[in-house]
Amino acid sequence: MERNFIIWRGNSKKGEFKNYTVKLEPGMVVLDAIHRIQVEHANDLAVRWNCKAGKCGSCGVEINGRPKLACMTRMNEFTPDEVITVQPLKTFPVIKDLVTDVSWNYEQNKMIPPFKPREKKNGKDHVMYRRDVERIQEFRKCIECYLCQDVCHVLRDQDKKEKFVGPRFMIRLASLEMHPLDREDRIPKIKNEFGSGMCNITRCCTDVCPEHIQITDNGIIPLKERVVDRFYDPVMWVFNKLFGGRS
Amino acid sequence: MDYSDIQTIEHDVLVVGAGGAGIRAAIECAEKGLSTGIISKSLLGKAHTVMAEGGIAASLGNVDSRDSWKVHFRDTMRGGKFLNQWRMAELHAKQAPDRVRELEEWGAVFDRTDKGLINQRNFGGHRYPRLAHVGDRTGLEIIRTLQDFCVHQGISTHMECTGLDLVLDGDKVSGLVGYWRETGRFVLFKTKAIILATGGGGKAWKVTSNSWEYTGDGLGMAYRAGAELIDMEFTQFHPTGMVWPPSVKGILVTEGVRGDGGILLNSEGERFMFNYIPKKFASETADTEAEASRWLDGDREARRPPELLTRDVVARAIKKEVEAGRGSPNGGAFLDIASRRPAEFIKKKLPSMYHQFKELAEIDITEKPMEVGPTLHYFMGGIRVNSDSQQTNVPGLFACGECAGGMHGANRLGGNSLSDLLVFGKLAGDGAANYINSLTGQLNCSNEEVSKIIKEATDILNREEGKNPYLVHEELQNILQSYVSIVRTGEELALGLDELQKLKADIAEVFAHASAQYNPGWNEALDLKNLIVTAEAVTRAALIREESRGAHTRLDFEGEHDDGLKYNIVIKKTESGMSAEKVRREDPPVELADIAYASLEELEGDNLGA
Repeated sequence: MERNFIIWRGNSKKGEFKNYTVKLEPGMVVLDAIHRIQVEHANDLAVRWNCKAGKCGSCGVEINGRPKLACMTRMNEFTPDEVITVQPLKTFPVIKDLVTDVSWNYEQNKMIPPFKPREKKNGKDHVMYRRDVERIQEFRKCIECYLCQDVCHVLRDQDKKEKFVGPRFMIRLASLEMHPLDREDRIPKIKNEFGSGMCNITRCCTDVCPEHIQITDNGIIPLKERVVDRFYDPVMWVFNKLFGGRS
Repeated sequence: MDYSDIQTIEHDVLVVGAGGAGIRAAIECAEKGLSTGIISKSLLGKAHTVMAEGGIAASLGNVDSRDSWKVHFRDTMRGGKFLNQWRMAELHAKQAPDRVRELEEWGAVFDRTDKGLINQRNFGGHRYPRLAHVGDRTGLEIIRTLQDFCVHQGISTHMECTGLDLVLDGDKVSGLVGYWRETGRFVLFKTKAIILATGGGGKAWKVTSNSWEYTGDGLGMAYRAGAELIDMEFTQFHPTGMVWPPSVKGILVTEGVRGDGGILLNSEGERFMFNYIPKKFASETADTEAEASRWLDGDREARRPPELLTRDVVARAIKKEVEAGRGSPNGGAFLDIASRRPAEFIKKKLPSMYHQFKELAEIDITEKPMEVGPTLHYFMGGIRVNSDSQQTNVPGLFACGECAGGMHGANRLGGNSLSDLLVFGKLAGDGAANYINSLTGQLNCSNEEVSKIIKEATDILNREEGKNPYLVHEELQNILQSYVSIVRTGEELALGLDELQKLKADIAEVFAHASAQYNPGWNEALDLKNLIVTAEAVTRAALIREESRGAHTRLDFEGEHDDGLKYNIVIKKTESGMSAEKVRREDPPVELADIAYASLEELEGDNLGA
C-alpha cells in the first residue's frame, strides 16, 4: 500500500510543502516513512532522530498539526486515505526542513541554579526513601523532546520566551525543588526570572507529553503554590519580614 | 588553501562524543583546570547512553552484602572469557562504586531499597544483585545527571559537530577537523590532547540496537592517525532485540526483563535455556525450574536461572532454537514475564518496555509474551589504550567508553558498560591532564593536512554524479549481516572481506545532492569511510581468531582453545593496507589471577589478599 505525505522543505528564509509517496510496510512509523523518502526521493531531507524508540526525544515534529515524536507515531493511527502532513516545530526557528534550532532550551537549562546536596548522614551513603523519590522520578522521566515547549501558548503564540522558561524547565525546577537532598532555594527565581505566573494552566503541555508526565498538576501547580506561600500568604509575609525568609 | 579562512577554536583538550564517557571525561578535564571542549554529532543528552536500560554495575553491596570488588572483578573476567585486560577489569571493579555515589552527589535519583539506599538488581553474569538502576531508564538518568552537572563546569559544548579526522604534528595529536551539521561549514580544533569517546560501530549491521550515530567514527579516525585497534572480532549480539514489526527490528529489550524474572520459551512452550548451560557455569546455575523459582523468590541458597547466563550464551541458544524450527512466528523466541509477575510490578519495574511494546508492537507485555531475537548491540573491541592512562600509541590521543577496547575481553556483562563509561571517562580525563602537564613546546596543525581532510569531504558534494550513500550503506550492512554475524566460518568471513574490498570502490564514488547545510545524505556519505574501516577490522580479526570464545563463534573452530588466551588481535594501518596480527598477552599479576580463578567460597570468606 502507498501513502501520500506532505513534508515541509526549506530553511530559515524560504520554504514550501512538497508531496512524496511512500510504500508502507507492517508496523511502520512516520519516521520510517521519512527515512524511505530520504533514500528514494530526497537524500538531503533534514530530520533529527536518534534512538527510534521514544527514549531520546530527538524527532519531535508536527504531524497533521499535532506535536509528536515521529518514531512513536504509527502509520495505522491514520485513516487509510488520510494524507500525512509533517512540518517542523513552530515555536523554534527552522534550520532546515524538519529541523529546528532548539538552542534556546539549552540556555534556559543553564540558568537554573544547580543541584546542591546536603551532607551525607553517615559520611558514606545518602538515605532517601521510595516515597520521597517517587514524586521527582516522574519528572526525571523527561526526554527533552520539547513538544511541551512547542505547544505552550506562552512560547508558541505569545512568543514570550524572555519571560517564561516553559513547561520542560518548570518540571526540571520541580525535580530540583522537591529533591529530598537538595538545599538550594529557587523559589524567588521561579517567580521572578523563570515566570511561573505566566502559565495559565491549560494543560496542553501535559496532553502532548510522550512520557505522560503530569507536567501541570504535579509540577507547575505545586511550584505556583510554593511561590504563593512565600510571596503572597499574609502570615508567611509577616514571618519572612520578621525572620528574614527561609533559612 | 590556507586554513586562516576556516573557523578555528582552541582548547587544551577536545573530547569527541558526548555520551557518558565523553561527558565524564570532560568533567574531569575541567576539574583539572584545563580549557575543555566537547563535540557531539547530536544534541547534548541524546547520545546512546540514553538508551541504556537495565542499570550500572557496582559492588555497593546494598542488597547483598556478600558482594565486593573482587566478586565483581571475577564475574567480569569470567564473562569476558579471561581475555580482558586484567588491569582495566581491576580498575573498573574497584572504582565503579565511587562513580555511582558521585552521580548521586550530582543529583541522580536511583531506585531505593527499604532502608533508603540505592537499590540493585540482578543481571546476567553478575553473581549478586549489583545493578543500580532507575526502572528501565537508567541511561537517561545518568546522561541527564552528567549533562546538567557539566553545563556548570565551564566546559564548551559544541553540539551537532562531527569530527572528520585528527591532525598530527609529527607523531603527536595537535587538532581535529570537523564540520557543523547546521551549516555544513568546517572547523579546526587546535588542541594539546584529544579524548575519543565516540561509541561503537553497530550501524555496520542491519539488525542493531544502535542509532545512526554509531558508525565507528573514533575507530576510523584513530586508525587513520596510526593508533591500534584491539579485540575487534568481539562484537556483542544482545540476545533480546525486538523482532516484530520490521520497522523496529533490533530495538533493545532490556536484560532487566530476565533479571526481574522473565523466562525464555520456544514455540513448544519449553524453557529451553536449561539445555544450554555451559560446563563452566553449571555449578552456579539452577538446573531445575523449581530451583530457578526459589532463586527468584529470594532464596540465597538457590542458584541463578539459566536465562541469566552471559549474553553470548543466550544469543546463540535463541539462534539454535530458531534454526531447529522451534522459533516464534517472526523468527525469535518468546520472552515471558506476564505469567511470572503481576501487571503492576511489570509496569513499575519495566515501564519503558511496557510502553515500547504497547506503542510499537501493540502488545501488552503484562498479558502476553514478547518476541525477541539477537541484535548487534556493542563492541567489546576498540582503540587500544594503556590501562591506567587510557592513552593510545599516538601521543596525546586518548580513548574511553565503547570506542576503547580491552576492558570487556570476549564478552561484556550487562551493566558493565555504564560503569565502564564513568570509570574510564574519568581516568581518560586524568590521563590527558597528566600528558598536557608534561608537554613541552608548541604544537601546530599544518595547512596541508587540514586542507586534505576538507577536500576529501567536499569532493562528495562536488561530483557530477555517483553512488547513493544510503544504498551503499545498506549494502555494507547486508555484507556484515550475512558474513560476519553471530556465528561465523572462515569461508564466509573471507567472502565478506572480498565483498568489503569491492565496496570500497563504491564508497570512493559516493555523491551527495544539494548543499552541505544540514544534509543527511552528505553526513551519511562521510560516515561511510569510518564504517568501512570498522567493518574490515572486525572481519579481519574474526578471520584470524580460529577458536570460539565469548561473542566470537566459529563453526569451523568450535570451543575455546588454550592458546586463544595467549594473544589479542591488534589491527593497524600499514603502507600495504590494514594489518591484523596476534600480539602476545602478558601473564596476569598473580594476585589478580588468584581472585579471577578463586571459588566463590574463597572470595566470600575474603581469604584472599589484594
